[in-house]
Amino acid sequence: MNAFQAEDPLLQVHNVTRYYGDRVGCLDVSFDLWPGEVLAIVGESGSGKTTLLNCLSTRLAPTTGAIEYRMRDGAMRNLYQLTEAERRLLMRTDWGFVHQNAADGLRMNVSAGANVGERLMAIGDRHYGNIRSIADDWLGRVEIESDRIDDDPRSFSGGMRQRLQIARNLVTRPRLVFMDEPTGGLDVSVQARLLDLLRRLVADLGLSVVIVTHDLAVARLLSHRIMVMRHGNVIESGLTDQVLDDPREPYTQLLVSSILQV
Amino acid sequence: MPVRLYLNNVGKSFTMHLQGGTVIPVVKQVEFSVNAGECVVLGGPSGAGKSSILKMIYGNYRCDEGQILVTVGDEIINIAGAEPRRMLSLREATIGYVSQFLRTIPRVSAEDVVAEPLIAQGASEAEGVDTARALLSRLNVPERLWTLPPATFSGGEQQRVNIARGFIAHYPILLLDEPTASLDAANRAVVVRLVEEKKEKGVAMVGILHDQDVREQIADRIIDVTGFAAEAA
Repeated sequence: MNAFQAEDPLLQVHNVTRYYGDRVGCLDVSFDLWPGEVLAIVGESGSGKTTLLNCLSTRLAPTTGAIEYRMRDGAMRNLYQLTEAERRLLMRTDWGFVHQNAADGLRMNVSAGANVGERLMAIGDRHYGNIRSIADDWLGRVEIESDRIDDDPRSFSGGMRQRLQIARNLVTRPRLVFMDEPTGGLDVSVQARLLDLLRRLVADLGLSVVIVTHDLAVARLLSHRIMVMRHGNVIESGLTDQVLDDPREPYTQLLVSSILQV
Repeated sequence: MPVRLYLNNVGKSFTMHLQGGTVIPVVKQVEFSVNAGECVVLGGPSGAGKSSILKMIYGNYRCDEGQILVTVGDEIINIAGAEPRRMLSLREATIGYVSQFLRTIPRVSAEDVVAEPLIAQGASEAEGVDTARALLSRLNVPERLWTLPPATFSGGEQQRVNIARGFIAHYPILLLDEPTASLDAANRAVVVRLVEEKKEKGVAMVGILHDQDVREQIADRIIDVTGFAAEAA
């Protein structure tokens, strides 16, 4: 598999700007994302990275600018001109969204199996035995024991909940997954396991990912390309190791030099 | 033999914004070429810019001035200013980098770390792991370690895992960043043999080697980097 030779971008972002009143969320952001590419958006709190992620994932309409996505039929569509039905279908099938807080992305009062199966039912799968066996398979892929399939996520640890959220997102074989600080708030050993799992799944499934993180080590491990944001602007972008090994902008140099060595 | 790599008037400096914008010039007007099957060794004292030149060729340092031209099939690509995805595809198929420092990944075993670049080039998992084991064995990494993640290995063991990872795949261009530093004589000899095998396959190599006897054994040409020194601004 070669992720870097696809002809056409999957996502094209043109001059996306979002204001909150007269305060800037993100300003004039443009980039292309190709199939199989992992893009990390880094920056400190308030830099606009989550605003941008929400604009990209149709959760927050940009004030100006356009975002185009290549649908499964190959046509480029402006995301904010989709019908509500089309948008919902996209979000339930072709996209995933992994929240920092797993409770935001899971249904906490239904079983783990049902959490994974729900998206299958949403796209029309009605065969209970089928849904359950696919759910079981996905729980295995994210290293959750089969005997937990009927437990609800309230009884799961933080790391398990996050892995369940990932299974729930990936079960429909999405092509694009958005992640908002997926490893934030987890113990380091739990974080390492989750990162390794994400790294494998992303590579095996050839996913395109836009991941927001303030952790440069996470960006280095998972991403091909990095965008550094500050005060709503993308101040530097490029190949991940180039930006981290040879940072050019004063703020990027500060970020890189602030990493603690273990 | 055909030219695989050509550096034309390459220059590099660092601007340290956290030190009041101090500009540190590294090299300027670097010019040399490397043919298929040839190993060129960069010479000169520490700080002369040898590593920076290698990193510019691999793309983890930006090339500020000049061109770095690589032959890929019948195409010539300029690495300076190449798009990230172009650079990633070059690293997958064309340019390899052997360094002494392993960047460990949690939970990935030594043999999988080594096999990864070969599998990325299209080999089957079984073929990748078999080749990885053969290389780990040649580099005297004890068999009981192969299935363990290298994070807890000794420095020397990690270094040899990384050398195996660097040599396993088929790159027409290979960059050697002090691969033999701190290796014992037996393992140095293995690395020398690995380099010779790459030469026989027509691989063009650029290396940094402080080890005098290794350098004498593998260098076809030594380029003194002090000739490219950039004077302080």
